[in-house]
Amino acid sequence: MDGEELTEQETALYDRQIRVWGVDAQRRLSKAHILVSGMKGTVVEFCKNIVLAGVGSLTLVDSREVTEEALSANFLIPPDENVYSGKTLAELCCDSLKDFNPMVRVSVEKGDISSFGGDFYGRFDVVVISSCSFATKKLINEKCRKVSKRVAFYTVDCRDSCGEIYVDLQNYTYSKKKLDETDECQLQYPSFEEAVAIPWRALPRKVTKLYLAMRVIERFEEAEGRNPGEISIADLPGVLKLKKELCDAQSFNESHVPDALLERLVSDTSEFPPVCAILGGILGQEVIKAISGKGDPLKNFFFFDAIDGKGIIEDISNPNPGS
Amino acid sequence: MASHQRSPAIKGAKVLMVGAGGIGCELLKTLALSGFEDIHIIDMDTIEVSNLNRQFLFRQSHVGQSKAKVARDAVLRFRPHISITSYHANVKDPDFNVDFFKQFNVVLNGLDNLDARRHVNRLCLASDVPLVESGTTGFLGQVTVHVKGKTECYECQPKPTPKTYPVCTITSTPSKFVHCIVWSKDLLFAKLFGDKNQENDLNVRSSDAASSSQQAEDVFERQNDEGIEEYARRIYDHVFGYNIEDALSNEETWKNRNRPKPLYSRDVFPEEPSQQNGNMDKNCATDDPLSVSAMASLGLKNPQDIWSLLENSRIFLEALKLFFGKREKEIGNLSFDKDDQLAVEFVTAAANIRAASFGIPLHSLFEAKGIAGNIVHAVATTNAVIAGLIVIEAIKVLQSDANNYRMTYCLEHPSRKMLLMPVEPFEPNKSCYVCSETPLLLEVNTHRSKLRDFVEKIVKAKLGMNFPLIMYGPALLYEVGDDLDEDMAANYAANLEKVLSELPSPVTGGTMLTVEDLQQEFTCNINIKHREEFDEEKEPDGMLLSGWTQAPRVEKDDNKTVGNGGSSTSNASSAMPVEAEEDDDIEIVPIGKKRKLGEISKATNPNLSDVADDDDVLVMLDGENLDVKKKKKLQ
Repeated sequence: MDGEELTEQETALYDRQIRVWGVDAQRRLSKAHILVSGMKGTVVEFCKNIVLAGVGSLTLVDSREVTEEALSANFLIPPDENVYSGKTLAELCCDSLKDFNPMVRVSVEKGDISSFGGDFYGRFDVVVISSCSFATKKLINEKCRKVSKRVAFYTVDCRDSCGEIYVDLQNYTYSKKKLDETDECQLQYPSFEEAVAIPWRALPRKVTKLYLAMRVIERFEEAEGRNPGEISIADLPGVLKLKKELCDAQSFNESHVPDALLERLVSDTSEFPPVCAILGGILGQEVIKAISGKGDPLKNFFFFDAIDGKGIIEDISNPNPGS
Repeated sequence: MASHQRSPAIKGAKVLMVGAGGIGCELLKTLALSGFEDIHIIDMDTIEVSNLNRQFLFRQSHVGQSKAKVARDAVLRFRPHISITSYHANVKDPDFNVDFFKQFNVVLNGLDNLDARRHVNRLCLASDVPLVESGTTGFLGQVTVHVKGKTECYECQPKPTPKTYPVCTITSTPSKFVHCIVWSKDLLFAKLFGDKNQENDLNVRSSDAASSSQQAEDVFERQNDEGIEEYARRIYDHVFGYNIEDALSNEETWKNRNRPKPLYSRDVFPEEPSQQNGNMDKNCATDDPLSVSAMASLGLKNPQDIWSLLENSRIFLEALKLFFGKREKEIGNLSFDKDDQLAVEFVTAAANIRAASFGIPLHSLFEAKGIAGNIVHAVATTNAVIAGLIVIEAIKVLQSDANNYRMTYCLEHPSRKMLLMPVEPFEPNKSCYVCSETPLLLEVNTHRSKLRDFVEKIVKAKLGMNFPLIMYGPALLYEVGDDLDEDMAANYAANLEKVLSELPSPVTGGTMLTVEDLQQEFTCNINIKHREEFDEEKEPDGMLLSGWTQAPRVEKDDNKTVGNGGSSTSNASSAMPVEAEEDDDIEIVPIGKKRKLGEISKATNPNLSDVADDDDVLVMLDGENLDVKKKKKLQ
């Protein structure tokens, strides 16, 4: 919507959420442009949330064809070959998402996410990528950082019943109302490359093991030239070997990255739907906060593991920011 | 969790969902995706436009249809081969009895009111079926697990009941905007447009009861030849002018309080009456009574604007005129409905004028509607997170993975780095009158209180029983049922009007009564203690129930109380008003062992992460019954 006031239709539809974040935030949402890549269960949940919230536009990238695995955690695609045959995941999700909120422009962008140039990313306020390799994550993050206006960047991944969200808001200032005062807060986010480069020994002692395990898996898939998620129990010996190498190289105690956790992550790479809902919900909330400029954004990683039920924020950044 | 979807425990499970709204839609979707194949879902509501921002299984075209049914149809589209049975019904229907509940392996609640939750809790206990409870408000949410004998039941911990206010605060000494809303909605609106035979506390006066009540009758009745404009102004002058002056005449009341200002239409409106007519034409175009609007008539477009006293007064008169002009047939039968635009406009305007009189800040229609309508603010994301957590707990229950049951809290601000905080469930509360069958104590004047008082105020209101049966030993004092023969029914009717000590089996000090609800299969024993005197102010019912774990939150002067959720004798069934919550402030207070519930509402500590030891943390939130408590953990 281009007008300054919300229409009567928007006010009626968004009444309950306006009572949560206010009219101003709703207006900002309606002007925001989101790019999403990798239409698996978790991302589909996120898209549902963000469309319901009433963003300006949502652009989907995923030129893969439908597979049984793709259908397993995806409630946007009817399991009817007559419907899905010949269409890409992005196209099918687009058709369904439009239905959730006719006021949001949902569209598909064809092509490979890593091939787009910087000016492409400049069209968006928020970029969310999933099922991407280590190299692709770094690449797109860099492209987003090079755009002159701030493009908020997120990655989200769910393997079995755990998941990870990464947030990069670059230099982020926002105001926080505390009782009668208003505080100006400022956060500095490291890039994905900077964050993962921080030596494991420099991280807080009790850092979530899932962070470390995800990095090992990521590196393994990268080293073996695999697509994300293209891994199985047969790879466990190779993964454990890589883990040892990574730990030794930084003089980091191996036992901090439990073998059992790695085994879980290679055995079942399909997404567990309840975890998709949880991650998609948390991510949705973060993106809404970033667009509206309201609320403390999480910095900079979020982890969830259904086994212990904790949803944890980890700040993986250099303690002395700047240069 | 590997191969979760193929787990036999999930595939063969029969699940009951209660509620197909915000949490329900997300839950049904996630259950279906997770491999559940036999789901039953109960919801009595139909779809409204304001649901569509989060209840994503519904579309604009579904407005007015059954939520349970439409949710079912929507999910079958992506999981055509599973079985979903929908019931467009109230879970409190007698059809949903213990036998009905017994067929399920687990019950999952997605409800929005305390009353229904208590009811389901009792049925789950009676049928010995595990219950996973949940609730959300804005960014906050929680999931709790209740397994009979192993964990607390839903009622083991006190739940905040809807806030009520002393009558005198509403009728004479309001100090907050919500008091003005209650006055405007439950008193003025009810008096003007509701059932004329209903008892109404409007114009409660300390002196000269007889003559003044007669005067009050005349005032609100429109005279035969009285023009609408004239009538409207007369009402305005009476409630905002004369009544205030009358209240001011009682010096005692105002010794330590700011005096209100009487407001008369001749002072508020600078122009001639005839210039006050709004553009009635704007409302003539349609016959639809629900689209008639004073705001439209007067060109006030933005519900977020805070109107001036003059604008509020114009809306007041215009709304009154429109009710009498366009919706005359409904007058005498109307009750306040938050989706009735004209009613909301009237209530907002009246509350604002009263607020202006008492020096209380005015509010926009948007805010007023939220308070008057007990609207719970809600977003899709929290519901999605909670739904995911519910399914995770449900699976643990189905796999009897008792050591891993968790209560999980979804926080807005992280506590010790956690946004999702799991906590072990607690053992059943040994003095819970619901699951531990502890007897309660009732202090009452057995020569003065009637059985009727006991049934209405204690058994139904406080204990939450719907179809009670009351026994003294083998003697049946009272019961409810369709199949009672005439003699018995007459006998019970007669008993209701008797004082306790004069019942066929006299109830006196030392008596133990047994109270049962057959549908909930819930029994409670109550020991009677005779007491002569009760404080009229503090114990207006003349009865005091203790050993009862629910502590109602009341304001300082606990007089006879009036609630925002309905009439003063209403059950604790409506969601609580969301009171002026800025930036989703919630009260998070560390509790020491001896602190009473009443003290907690005063302290505030908005930053949960400041609490060093999270062992005693209490989060109490108006809305869908969110609480975070830590006590003795389940070993």
